[in-house]
Amino acid sequence: MPAPIRLRELIRTIRTARTQAEEREMIQKECAAIRSSFREEDNTYRCRNVAKLLYMHMLGYPAHFGQLECLKLIASQKFTDKRIGYLGAMLLLDERQDVHLLMTNCIKNDLNHSTQYVQGLALCTLGCMGSSEMCRDLAGEVEKLLKTSNSYLRKKAALCAVHVIRKVPELMEMFLPATKNLLSEKNHGVLHTSVVLLTEMCERSPDMLAHFRKNEKLVPQLVRILKNLIMSGYSPEHDVSGISDPFLQVRILRLLRILGKGDDDSSEAMNDILAQVATNTETSKNVGNAILYETVLTIMDIKSESGLRVLAINILGRFLLNNDKNIRYVALTSLLKTVQTDHNAVQRHRSTIVDCLKDLDVSIKRRAMELSFALVNGNNIRGMMKELLYFLDSCDPEFKADCASGVFLAAEKYAPSKRWHIDTIMRVLTTAGSYVRDDSVPNLIQLITNSVEMHAYTVQRLYKALLDDISQQPLVQVASWCIGEYGDLLVSGQCEEEEPIQVTEDEVLDVLEGLLVSNLSTPVTRGYALTAIMKLSTRFTSVNRIKKVVSIYGSSIDVELQQRAVEYNALFKKYDHMRPALLERMPIMEKTASNGPTEIVQTNGEAEPSVVEAKHPPPVTQPTNQANDLLDLLGGNDVVPVIQTTVPTKPASAGGELLDLLGDLSLSGGPAPAPATSVPSSQPAFLLDGLTSPPLFNDIAAAGIPPMTAYNKNGLKIDFTFERANPNPNIAVITIHASNSTEADMTDFVFQAAVPKTFQLQLLSPSSNVVPTLNQGTVTQVIRVLNPQKQQLRMRIKLTYTHKGSAVQDLAEVNNFPPQSWQ
Amino acid sequence: TPLTDREKKKVIRDMMMLVLARPPRSCNFLQWRDLKIVYKRWYASLYFCAGLEDKDNELLALEVLHRYVELLDKYFGNVCELDIIFNFEKAYFILDEFLMGGEILETSKLAVGVSMEEADTLQEEEKEQEEVGKTDKERFACGRGLRE
Repeated sequence: MPAPIRLRELIRTIRTARTQAEEREMIQKECAAIRSSFREEDNTYRCRNVAKLLYMHMLGYPAHFGQLECLKLIASQKFTDKRIGYLGAMLLLDERQDVHLLMTNCIKNDLNHSTQYVQGLALCTLGCMGSSEMCRDLAGEVEKLLKTSNSYLRKKAALCAVHVIRKVPELMEMFLPATKNLLSEKNHGVLHTSVVLLTEMCERSPDMLAHFRKNEKLVPQLVRILKNLIMSGYSPEHDVSGISDPFLQVRILRLLRILGKGDDDSSEAMNDILAQVATNTETSKNVGNAILYETVLTIMDIKSESGLRVLAINILGRFLLNNDKNIRYVALTSLLKTVQTDHNAVQRHRSTIVDCLKDLDVSIKRRAMELSFALVNGNNIRGMMKELLYFLDSCDPEFKADCASGVFLAAEKYAPSKRWHIDTIMRVLTTAGSYVRDDSVPNLIQLITNSVEMHAYTVQRLYKALLDDISQQPLVQVASWCIGEYGDLLVSGQCEEEEPIQVTEDEVLDVLEGLLVSNLSTPVTRGYALTAIMKLSTRFTSVNRIKKVVSIYGSSIDVELQQRAVEYNALFKKYDHMRPALLERMPIMEKTASNGPTEIVQTNGEAEPSVVEAKHPPPVTQPTNQANDLLDLLGGNDVVPVIQTTVPTKPASAGGELLDLLGDLSLSGGPAPAPATSVPSSQPAFLLDGLTSPPLFNDIAAAGIPPMTAYNKNGLKIDFTFERANPNPNIAVITIHASNSTEADMTDFVFQAAVPKTFQLQLLSPSSNVVPTLNQGTVTQVIRVLNPQKQQLRMRIKLTYTHKGSAVQDLAEVNNFPPQSWQ
Repeated sequence: TPLTDREKKKVIRDMMMLVLARPPRSCNFLQWRDLKIVYKRWYASLYFCAGLEDKDNELLALEVLHRYVELLDKYFGNVCELDIIFNFEKAYFILDEFLMGGEILETSKLAVGVSMEEADTLQEEEKEQEEVGKTDKERFACGRGLRE
């Protein structure tokens, strides 16, 4: 067989290929030749063949058949073979191939080889891709080499040790003795790798960290080395643009950061050197800035004195003005990290940061946007919002969603006036309407209902926006809702804030009908529009037109629209006397926690927001967790959560899921309670724990039902007292009284209850969530149970509280209800 | 944990596309999954890329890339792309003298150069011995002598 072609020749040949197919052909041919050569067990050319294989592997072709050959090369005595063999092992092998373990023995021998370059190869391979088993087997050898006087081997052993520790953290202890005098080396390579090793150990183990701080007095040593580096004269070997060994400097600074974090003594010991580095480093080249960057990060992380911190932030401020984009990017990133702790100092650079929003570079824009949102506060909200809205207008789509969310959050927190808030949200909806989050629609609606004096202004602005553009769905949905609610204000031209426009009822109905037929409207939007038209039947005089529209949609293909239209039709025909009450003005909704989910629930023609209010901090995640807990409570057979058939008009948020889980929101058919106070329900809202609305019937006279003890364990006693809700004899009102006879308070007390499917349950807010000790007071909470089928009342309750520092949780079944409570 | 071959290829491909898509005069850093990618464009068609963890210093990474190119330059004498293509194994060897397991091994340009020279000489001598036809053992004695 002729000698296999040389590596260089192969490369040259492959590069002459003009198409993918040609290249593939050449490669396949060569692979076949190499394979036969391997089969012949030819020692002379193995090295050359593997080298060619590696080249082809780099181009992306499979090379697994060369793995075993690499091992043979490693086992060879020739240095040339070993070099290529180890390289092949690093490129082609990894932990997942069984073959790699065969290397272990070779590496072991080579670690003890007489030639340092062979030892070096072995250390390198082990340090780059050694698996945990290999590391365990060979750690001893590595440790030995860590103590040798040969600096070439020492530095390689140090980094190999780092890899071993990363793979097998338990072996860290083993390397501790060897680290004792690593830092007294003169050789920079060894110094650098030693610092890396020490860093790795300190990062992984707090014990090691403490050990190095106290016993080894690491900090003074590092400070001394760093000082020497800065003060020493020019050293051609390590010089980079006039700075002596910046790599080592940065590494030391990083280790100092870890040592100084949270530790006063260490931080104090390094204050001086940090100040020195910060002020003396040349900033004209990237190198100097790299060191300054690391210094700033270190200063911010340790317990440095305030003068030093101000120095650091000023450096970052200077970075922001630098022409070099990289430096600006790095400055923005660091400022983002420090804005929480040193807010005021960062505020000083606000205008520069806002300017960065206009930068062409995508990475910079993103950082600037995040930082801008972090800097918004009550004082600068107007100015900042102007800039941010301008940014929203002109930025790439990838930013719009995040920016819109940020604007909403900031507006909610710091809005100087309701009108400004509404204007801002409208601006966002018109510019980035399709990118906003789904729950912004109900949030905005809730905001609007709460600003009573702005209703006329709002509906007018929304109407004008609708005339311009009906493609942005969130805007259209909010607008149609508002027109439905406040159409009368619009037509009567009552706006005080701005010039009132002249609109007739027909024009308004035209617009709404236009929404219904437009191809741009989603089904959800159409639902909003239809309901709005219906609501206008009590506010406008042209009822006939509305009746006509509603009856047309009674045969719509869209099931949702059809259902609504049919129900509205029924309203016109059979229940016309109820129509005004049902469609009257929406009451003010309670304010939810920011991010609190609100949901629009469609029932019987009235859009009704069910307010989910979270009680305990952290608020938002609690409701869903509690709902899940309750599902556990309810068990398999008793209660099956029934998804309501009338779909909410917007995608469910956390509140939505909760309501889905909690049972069907069926229509009771009973007349709505006359006073439209802050209660939004025309029928009982069936909500479980974590959801509140103001107590309804607390002051109803007790109907003489005897109280009972539902639970009494571990010092916690819960009594139930009963009342009858007057308008509806099917509802039993139970008040729980929780008392605590132990010597410690029970805090974070949460009471949850679940009932079988035929019942419905509503839990109102408790009087407090601390049950005071020694029966000094009780926590009361009202439960309303609807029992239309007059079945025997059963309940499962779940109690969670914190007592003497530990969390307690208990489940119990309550079956001993007196018969009068449910008959 | 190591990635599969397919994952490795995907990583390389994705990163390449991201980097090549960058407009000129933009900053040299970009975010990709949970890594920071630092890249430097050398000449018109040669890119050097590195992936960093969150805690690593990006500006220093630029210096590392720069240093590697300097080492290549010193070794090959006015390095160009073809040098790297035709001598890829040497490029790897130089890299192995400079970095290991993602960390810098040697900060002195001189030291890296010396290591490469000596190792290469070892190889040369071996080849010479082969031609002359000495035994393994004798070849080895040469190697040892060189270290001292």
